[in-house]
Amino acid sequence: MAQIFHRSANTLARVTIFGAVFIAGFVLWVIGGVVRSPYATDQGIQREQPVPFSHQHHVAGLGIDCRYCHTSVEVSNFAGIPPTQTCMNCHSQIWTNAEMLEPVRASYATGKPIIWSRVHRLPDFVHFNHSIHVNKGIGCASCHGRIDKMALTYQDSPLTMEWCLGCHRAPEKFVRPRSEVFNMAYIAKDQESTGPQLVREYNIQKLTNCSTCHY
Amino acid sequence: MTQNNELNLAGFKKRLGNEYWRSLDELSREDFEQVVESEFPQGALALERGVDRRDFVKLMGASMALGGLAACNRPAEKIVPYVRQPEGIIPGKPLFFATAMPISGYAHGVLVESHMNRPTKIEGNPDHPSSLGATNSFMQASILGLYDPDRSQVVRHLGEISTWSEFLATLQPALKAAAANGAGLRLLTQTITSPALGGQIQQFLAQYPGAKWHQWEAAGGHNVREGLRAAFNGYVNAVYHYDKANVVVSLDADFLDSGPGHLRYARDFAGRRKVRKGTTSINRLYVIESGPTGTGSLADHRLAVRPSQIEGYARSLAAGLGSGTAVATEHAEWVAALIRDLQRNRGASIVVAGDEQPPAVHAIAMAINQALGNLGTTITITDPVEVAPVNQVDSLRQLVAGMNAGTVPTLIIAGGNPVYDAPGDIPFVKAMDKVPFRAHLSPYYDETSMHVHWHIPETHYLESWSDARAHDGTVSIVQPLIAPLYNGRSPHELLGALLGGLDQSPYDVVRAYWSAKAGALNFNATWRKWLNDGVIAGSALPARTASGTAVIAATQQPSNAATQGYELRILPDPNIYDGRFANNGWLQELPKPQTKICWENVALVSPKTAAAIGYDDKRRDALVNEKQTLLADIRYRGTKLRTPIWVVPGHADGTITLFMGYGRTRGGQIATPAAHTKGMLGLDLAPFHISGGTLGVDVTPFRFSEALSGGVGAEIELTNEPPYSVACTQEHQSLNPSDVGADRGIIRSATFAEYLAKPDFVRDYKKELEQSPETMYPPYDYSKSHAWAMVIDTSVCTGCNGCVVACQSENNIPIVGKDQVLAEREMHWLRIDRYYRGSADNPEVYHQPVPCMQCENAPCEPVCPVGATSHSPEGLNDMTYNRCVGTRYCSNNCPYKVRRFNFFHYSDYETPALKAQRNPDVTVRTRGVMEKCTYCVQRINASKIEAEKQGRRVRDGEIVTACQQACPTDAIVFGDMNDKSSRVAALKAEPANYALLAELNTRPRTTYLGAIKNPNPEIK
Repeated sequence: MAQIFHRSANTLARVTIFGAVFIAGFVLWVIGGVVRSPYATDQGIQREQPVPFSHQHHVAGLGIDCRYCHTSVEVSNFAGIPPTQTCMNCHSQIWTNAEMLEPVRASYATGKPIIWSRVHRLPDFVHFNHSIHVNKGIGCASCHGRIDKMALTYQDSPLTMEWCLGCHRAPEKFVRPRSEVFNMAYIAKDQESTGPQLVREYNIQKLTNCSTCHY
Repeated sequence: MTQNNELNLAGFKKRLGNEYWRSLDELSREDFEQVVESEFPQGALALERGVDRRDFVKLMGASMALGGLAACNRPAEKIVPYVRQPEGIIPGKPLFFATAMPISGYAHGVLVESHMNRPTKIEGNPDHPSSLGATNSFMQASILGLYDPDRSQVVRHLGEISTWSEFLATLQPALKAAAANGAGLRLLTQTITSPALGGQIQQFLAQYPGAKWHQWEAAGGHNVREGLRAAFNGYVNAVYHYDKANVVVSLDADFLDSGPGHLRYARDFAGRRKVRKGTTSINRLYVIESGPTGTGSLADHRLAVRPSQIEGYARSLAAGLGSGTAVATEHAEWVAALIRDLQRNRGASIVVAGDEQPPAVHAIAMAINQALGNLGTTITITDPVEVAPVNQVDSLRQLVAGMNAGTVPTLIIAGGNPVYDAPGDIPFVKAMDKVPFRAHLSPYYDETSMHVHWHIPETHYLESWSDARAHDGTVSIVQPLIAPLYNGRSPHELLGALLGGLDQSPYDVVRAYWSAKAGALNFNATWRKWLNDGVIAGSALPARTASGTAVIAATQQPSNAATQGYELRILPDPNIYDGRFANNGWLQELPKPQTKICWENVALVSPKTAAAIGYDDKRRDALVNEKQTLLADIRYRGTKLRTPIWVVPGHADGTITLFMGYGRTRGGQIATPAAHTKGMLGLDLAPFHISGGTLGVDVTPFRFSEALSGGVGAEIELTNEPPYSVACTQEHQSLNPSDVGADRGIIRSATFAEYLAKPDFVRDYKKELEQSPETMYPPYDYSKSHAWAMVIDTSVCTGCNGCVVACQSENNIPIVGKDQVLAEREMHWLRIDRYYRGSADNPEVYHQPVPCMQCENAPCEPVCPVGATSHSPEGLNDMTYNRCVGTRYCSNNCPYKVRRFNFFHYSDYETPALKAQRNPDVTVRTRGVMEKCTYCVQRINASKIEAEKQGRRVRDGEIVTACQQACPTDAIVFGDMNDKSSRVAALKAEPANYALLAELNTRPRTTYLGAIKNPNPEIK
């Protein structure tokens, strides 16, 4: 009977067998890369919003404090999305005819809420509490990045568990004085010495057990 | 048979060296251990048909195709903020509002957790006299009732969708016609304690002089009401003070688990029952009852006698204490000792009769109390709590007579379901069909709604303003937590419409009523305080002098001659009451406190009675272990019912117990499973439901107006039908003696005298001493942070299930349906194990709630291949759902069997209404994930975060788990055992504290206090 396969098939078979390990490794490496990539984490994606709200303008330009709108960030797990009323505190006086703000005025007039697209989304099996982080000296910018430089808001950090644990395992690298929590531009002068000192002062624990976040 | 049972008991002891047994099967089956141990217990449903190759390829192909879709970038989630944010609401933080749940008219004070105006959880109101912070299963499950998508959502006219305004338009001519007649206008309600609604009804009766008000409630305390009237020649209310009683005698009264004040009574009773260091005396409970109850479980001395014989015992007690004549009964020495005990505790004892006993027994009980000087000390007599107490049977009978005579042109039914629950001998439907204008207010489109011209959906108590009185008369304003979800109308609105005041909201009605009562001076502040407190302080009814009037009702002497046939005993169901909770899945799937059966009602009989009709141990053993039974035909006064029978230890011989509320033909897809014939596996569920696809059997045909709770002269006969499957959870997830070895001291008990002699009696279980502290893993030092722990006092657990539903509600636990319960897949994180001790004729009963033990050396953790279950430094055995891949090794390795697996997609992700009900602080689990008790870690974390923010340690009592919060007897205590001043640390230091299977060196954080009974030394 004639040979079915050409001699080169042997080489191909050997390469396949020996290469399987590398191929598997490569596939895992690709998967690992994909799950960490913005494609999977939504990092850096600017969502379409009903009103193109600019944090850059309101925070950096006008100097409005984070807590003027995100009122519950110091007391609740949820930082709070401002009600239309908050927008209208100013916009009933200024830019009253701006076309861009029509959805805000319509909402205020009709009582129908503005429906925003969520930018920072954690899975339902993760429970994150803003208030404890803010109270323990984790700055807004530590997770949200330089919001004051974002014309349209996007997710600055990957929000992966690996990223959360980066800080939970070594809080001293990220903690800042409570007075600087809402300061977007804070840069620690000497984190190596102030970090551990603040960790002691604020009684910060390295909480890495599962039920800290998952329940 | 006695002999047989004792033989069984002896054999059992020999086999296992144990005194405590769990079920009759364990007692009688030689091969019990093998049956329980098998991996797939017999009768557990496996896939009937395997998956063939073609289906497999089809499924895999579809999965691949859909898998591609799922990989697309996920759509943005929406955030919807307020337009104008209400003051006081902090998004993410729940608020608690005080209100009250009326059950049979009586208020049970609650605090409702509300997440951004969405009520999610019911807790007891510590300031409410009927609750003291505790809740029962009805209260806990009422939150599911609020969101129930099966509730009626539209006004219906002759079954067609209509509107409230059309109803009003037709109501007015009907009222005018009736008014012209001067008579014929009839209002039918359930028991009403609401002063404001009572006021409206009085106004209505004044406006239409010919109108009549009738009241009917199927399980409405008829005999208690009439009994007290017989005793005191007029309607009164009795309030018991169990905290002042040294000796309590229950004559068929389940006062710890049922009736308007039972949560309070259980707390008061347990307060005198708990044994702690330094306790020198505890109370003593004698129970004479016909079937097993929670109260009977705590009894120090219990007799199981036929219901009709209880009057004889009551009369003998009365005679022994100086009034009336004794009746010869069995157990004469027992009764004599009881009389002596009562005489020693004059003014510090209580004799209480149950609602299933005829009025005469209540009158006798009151006469005994009076003879003992208990009136005014342990029992307070007040004016009635109800607005207008009447003999409801007579009231209903008069209404039916009027309707039959054609003198009722207009009938308004404001709540209730009389077509379903009117007594069998009162032809309510036939009579009602003659009424030319009939309207019905009810939460479901039920049996009665089918027979009326106008059906109006009724609001839930969390949707509308009202008021109600507690068992002692204390008034609560019932405030709503949410606007009516399903266009419901409250009884106040219906009455308002009858009165012609069309625009009056329930709020206006209630507020106007109380502002007139309280006076206008600063009423706003008063009103706000009432709403804040959940009670109107000082509104309890004052004690009134009633002494000297209690008389023994001169009924004919009960005959002690053996009555012909069997005796029938009909009770409200412990889960679904009179049927009003029949569409509540949490309650339907709750294992009933004494039988552990869910999803239906069965006829209970004693082992001897069962043997007498041919259903003996042998025949029972031939069926599948506690999963199957036989059907029997019961004949009573010319009616026949076919029902599964169930053999219960401790049941009176010659007696059959039936439960109301089942066999519903209308009222939601859970109550009527016709729409529910396919189970999760696509199997036909028809075999699990008796005739006609109803859930359980309607026993109303057996309720006769002069004997609502049953009577003598029933016959019972086994049928030749094939064995019937009953979902009984008793043998599910149990600590098997064969697994853990015989006599491992799972239940430990002693008498109080033994305790005093040897406080650490629980140490008698020798195996524990052999435990080796060695482990494969390095020891962990838990002393640095919190150490969460729990202690459960088995002395006072009545098995009432309040904790089980509280846990279900707090932790978003799904229900699975009867077919899945049969496959041992119920999801309750907390189960209550039941143990017996002694002869099957009248054993002692012990209840043991078993949550996760949170072992320090947890056997579940090392076997998890993906690290989904791990330990926290505070001693919690964490379960991480998102890591779980569903190997179930952890469950297999758990000696306590507290882990639950989502075999299917049990959580309802689809129904929009149910999404709103869930606790946002707890993940809703999906298929293929293991879950278990977390010690309510969401509550722990919330409290820890608050404490951290304030820079302090968590205070003792700050974290209350859901089960602890619900417990009426305060049997569950949770806290930080590293905090030496905490309650839990004190209980851990009690000599009676023991751990389950401590010899396995699992070092459980949940421990138990041994059960302590207080028998009378004069009774052998």
